[in-house]
Amino acid sequence: MRVELTEEQEMVRAMAREFADKDVRPIAAEIDRDARFPRETVRRMGGLGLLAMTIPPAYGGSGTDTVSYAVAMEEMARACASHAVIMSVNNSLYCEPVHQWGSEEQKQRFLVPFVGGQKIGCFALTEPQAGSDATNQHTLAVRDGDHYAVNGRKIFVTNGRESAAALVFVQTDHEAGHRGITALVVEKGTPGFLVPRVEEKLGLRASDTAEFVFEDCRVPVANRLGEEGMGFKIAMSSLDSGRIGIAAQAVGIAAGACELALGYARERKSFGVPIGQHQMVQWMLADMATAIDAARLLTLRAAALKDAKKPFGAAAAMAKLFASETAMKATTDAIQVHGGYGFIKEYRVERYFRDAKITQIYEGTSQVQKLVIARSVLGGA
Amino acid sequence: MKILVPIKQVPDTATQVKVGGDQRAIETAGITWIISPYDEFAVEEALRIKEKRGQGEVVTVSLGPDRVKEALRSSLAMGADRAIHVNDPAFAEADTLLTARALAAVFTQEAPQLAIFGRQAIDDDMGAVPAQVAELLGWPSLYWIMEEAIDAGGKTIRAGRQVEGGLEVFEAPLPCVLAAQKGLNEPRYPTLKGIMGARKKEIKDLKAGDLGLAPAPPQLSVVRLEALPPRSPGRIIGGEVKDAARELVRALREEAKAI
Repeated sequence: MRVELTEEQEMVRAMAREFADKDVRPIAAEIDRDARFPRETVRRMGGLGLLAMTIPPAYGGSGTDTVSYAVAMEEMARACASHAVIMSVNNSLYCEPVHQWGSEEQKQRFLVPFVGGQKIGCFALTEPQAGSDATNQHTLAVRDGDHYAVNGRKIFVTNGRESAAALVFVQTDHEAGHRGITALVVEKGTPGFLVPRVEEKLGLRASDTAEFVFEDCRVPVANRLGEEGMGFKIAMSSLDSGRIGIAAQAVGIAAGACELALGYARERKSFGVPIGQHQMVQWMLADMATAIDAARLLTLRAAALKDAKKPFGAAAAMAKLFASETAMKATTDAIQVHGGYGFIKEYRVERYFRDAKITQIYEGTSQVQKLVIARSVLGGA
Repeated sequence: MKILVPIKQVPDTATQVKVGGDQRAIETAGITWIISPYDEFAVEEALRIKEKRGQGEVVTVSLGPDRVKEALRSSLAMGADRAIHVNDPAFAEADTLLTARALAAVFTQEAPQLAIFGRQAIDDDMGAVPAQVAELLGWPSLYWIMEEAIDAGGKTIRAGRQVEGGLEVFEAPLPCVLAAQKGLNEPRYPTLKGIMGARKKEIKDLKAGDLGLAPAPPQLSVVRLEALPPRSPGRIIGGEVKDAARELVRALREEAKAI
């Protein structure tokens, strides 16, 4: 067994790290404070190929493997988790499903302009009553000739305000339950597609999280991804993939906080020695470093399984579960190492703590991951 | 226009350098290697010249062991068209003149119209190789370049070099050697497409024999490396501010002789 990145993957890491350190880290605190979407750096990420990493070059993507994607996500999150989630949603939850399920014509219209940062996309599944219970979709699409008339509400849509198009999951056959869910690409500016609000959030404050309302919104049948009734399958397979990205984001958040804690432990003195010399602090740092390494290995394994075209759903769920729990614990302890200063914004570590929390919730809560994992280990039982 | 860019692989700027066991080289275990930053300016400038002229070829060259391929691959990811790796144990202890002879032989084979170096490598800071190569080939050389412009016909170059308080602008016939200073440009990040495409580009391996060079001993060799003595701890002057300030002035004047 080899646990080593290839030369190419190392180059991806080096590039992502340099970009994250030089261009993203310096603005991270400010865009968090102002809840400002970083349009300028997102466009540059598109130019570097970071917004559509696994999409083939024929559609303008970078054609990298999933391991490279995970590595780049980690590097981005080390500097700024908001940039990482913007990147993750465009890659895993918009471009990948459009590439996998879209027709050639749909790819030209809804994929090619979204790979280079000129436009970004989003994924609208969650509804007020349908979070973990994603099958309980109430947004209705009624066929009317060559259009669907869409009515309903979507919430917590990452990139929702900034995106030019959304992958929206609707119910085309209410009787059929989750087999009646259909995926539509809906462009901004379509009459009846409204974005009434953007949420104020605890963390990931520079990423925008919007609510969508559809009022008799007429969406061409030509915008349907796959067949009627395939929506749930499209959503679940996108989320399996997405979880690898979120796991990598959580590893990056934990690693970023750990680096701050290590720096502080070397410099801050108490009782005449750097606090890193105290066993109590060493204990926290050793636990942190071990958990981060384990989370990273789980994440890269899930990515490598996907690259090898092997089943990876359970591995991705384990990676996402463990990495997000690690991010929460590591950022909590990183503040603890800082003592009172950790509670102060100037010391930067509190942002990592606030950003970590959502990784236990979105793209499947930790509880949903356990459900997926349990089903997998129990087999058909 | 064919442009050759010799690059050197050096330890990352954040490396904590330790003297090795034989006291003649640094400890290389665990070091992250990068393209010397001044050489990155050179690669960037060559790519910009090619892009501006709409045609041309950028070839990077490096001398060194197998690990140097990573640096060459990075230059290909930035956009260089191909690379040449002079990889021969005969050059393991090469001084600047032997390095320059090897590069000059590559230049003779490749016949570029322009060569851009970094003004010095950030490891041993000799800064000698560009001038030595130019001397061996009989080409003009210009150091500390902050800007350049090549005439439409590709016959002459106008280059501004940094001097105290301003720029000194020269004109030189091509072929010519330039040595880049910080500020010439801002090197690009390799794009992911560049990284993915780098594998398909050629890195040609050359031995001393391929360049018609007979092994020769270096004229300069490192006798010994010494670590800097540890810095003496600072001194905190206590007491009343007025007395402390007086003591500080006295110490700066009489002990440190700084004022």
